[in-house]
Formats: sequence, C-alpha cells, structure tokens
Amino acid sequence: MSKETLYWDDVEEASEVTPLPKNASSQLLVKYAGASGDFYQIHYDVEFAKNNNLPGIIIHGALKNAWLGQLMTDWIGETGMLRKLTCQYRAMDVPNEDLVCKGIVTKKYKDGNHHLLDCDIWLENSKGDRTTPGTATVELPIKD
Amino acid sequence: MPEENTIIPESLLEAIGVESDPITYEIEKGHIARFAEAIGDENPLFSDEIKARNSRYGGIIAPPTFYRALRPGSLPESAESPFTRNLDAGSDWEFFEPIRPGDRITVTIKLADVVEREGRLGKMIIITRETRYENQLGQIVATQKTNGISY
Repeated sequence: MSKETLYWDDVEEASEVTPLPKNASSQLLVKYAGASGDFYQIHYDVEFAKNNNLPGIIIHGALKNAWLGQLMTDWIGETGMLRKLTCQYRAMDVPNEDLVCKGIVTKKYKDGNHHLLDCDIWLENSKGDRTTPGTATVELPIKD
Repeated sequence: MPEENTIIPESLLEAIGVESDPITYEIEKGHIARFAEAIGDENPLFSDEIKARNSRYGGIIAPPTFYRALRPGSLPESAESPFTRNLDAGSDWEFFEPIRPGDRITVTIKLADVVEREGRLGKMIIITRETRYENQLGQIVATQKTNGISY
C-alpha cells in the first residue's frame, strides 16, 4: 500500500510484470489444503502420491493459480483491478523447489472508459520450464 | 449424433447444462486471512483491518482465487465422469466485484461441455464445468470455468 500507483500511461506492450518468486514447503501445502478444503492426498501424503505414480507430493494446481493471481495483484496494487485470470496446469511442480511467477504485457487498449492490459503470465520452474501458463486482463487508473 | 466408438456415455452428454443445488457461504474475516496465509500472500488488504480500512476498498477483501474455498455442491451422478482418474487442467476466471467479510456468496456449478480427445495416455474426455458466484444483492461477483481431464 506504500507502493507507488501503477498507471496505465506508464505501461507499454512488452513491459514486464514484476516477477514473484515462490518456494512451497510441505507445510504450506497442508495449510492450503485446510484453507481451500482440497484434501486430495497427493498434496500431503507421500505414500499415497507414490501409489498414484507420482514422484512424491505435488503442489495443488489451484495454489499455483493463486500465485499467478498474486503476481498480478502485487504488480497493479490496490488501484488496479484484476478482471480476468486464466491458467493451464501443463506440468507438475513439487515443494522445496525455487519457482517464479512471471508475466509480460501483450496488449494495451481502451474499452469505453476502461483502460486495460492483457498479459501472458506463467509459473516457471528451476529448469526454466513454463509449467503453468496463463493470461490476465487488468484495469489500471490513468493520470489526470 | 454421437460418433461411433465414443467413450463418452450418452447419459453424460444428456446431462450437459445440469446444475448443482446452490450452496450459500457466509464469508468470515478469519477464513480470508487463513487463505491468504496459505497462499503466502502478505497483502495487507487481505488481513490487516486498519491498512485495509485506509485503502480505496475501505475494508478487508479476499484474494481473487479465494473462491476456490467456496466449494460447490455435487452434480448429479449422471453428470459426473464415468472414469476414476481425474486431473484438474486449469481455470478461467472473471472477476466483477471483490468479496468482503460478511458477504453471503451463493455457489452453483454447471456441467457445460464434454469432448473427447486422443492424448498420450489414449482416449480421454475433457469435462468443462462453469461455477457462478453470486452475492447477497443478487450480483454475479465472479465466474470460474474449469477443465477436467478424465480417463
């Protein structure tokens, strides 16, 4: 909230969204299970996960989706509005790995009085693979 | 006409458009804060009453994907996948209004579409469901389209 306002005027196509690093502990996955009500055991029970042909526990897709939401809300600040958010879970991600949410502005446009940006966003693993690509549309204020 | 050899049961195609019973949740401040903590998001809008009050929102709001915690009711069995292996393939969200503590949000899920695909693991079906979130004023505050892979 002490953050400076991000104005539509100051963003260009190809501008970068401020990256958001993440690294999930197994404890975070348990917290997410509890807070979201998603108790599928592949997210906290190693034996159960291995019996389901997984290497071990994996991060909830919806948690990665939440991070991509945070990527955008952190960047636009409280004066911006997140209008649309999409993501596809293309590959699994695991706890205790350095991951990073990233994004880039693909389109800057007006719709009536609304000043909008479309962005490509994604979660990248430590090998540089985009495991969770998506898109976002945000509305920003303009300078007087 | 369903194509020959389809793995989609007729009853599932007939169930397209079927909705769950609505479920209404009263939104609690503590649940919003717990959800924000569980996604590792320290934005004071989600947990700090004083800072949130001094923001343009005038109070606490929920993170965008907090709606995931408001789980919809079940669809009838005919609208569920006939296969046991199910993967969540992703979500498409639209947000119209922020959620605030004290809101009463009614959640309804609908079977929107079923298509067959040939994947790495053989034939699979993609089930699209649409979830609608409506507040106590009758406004649709968000929608979520989810794609599930089933095989």
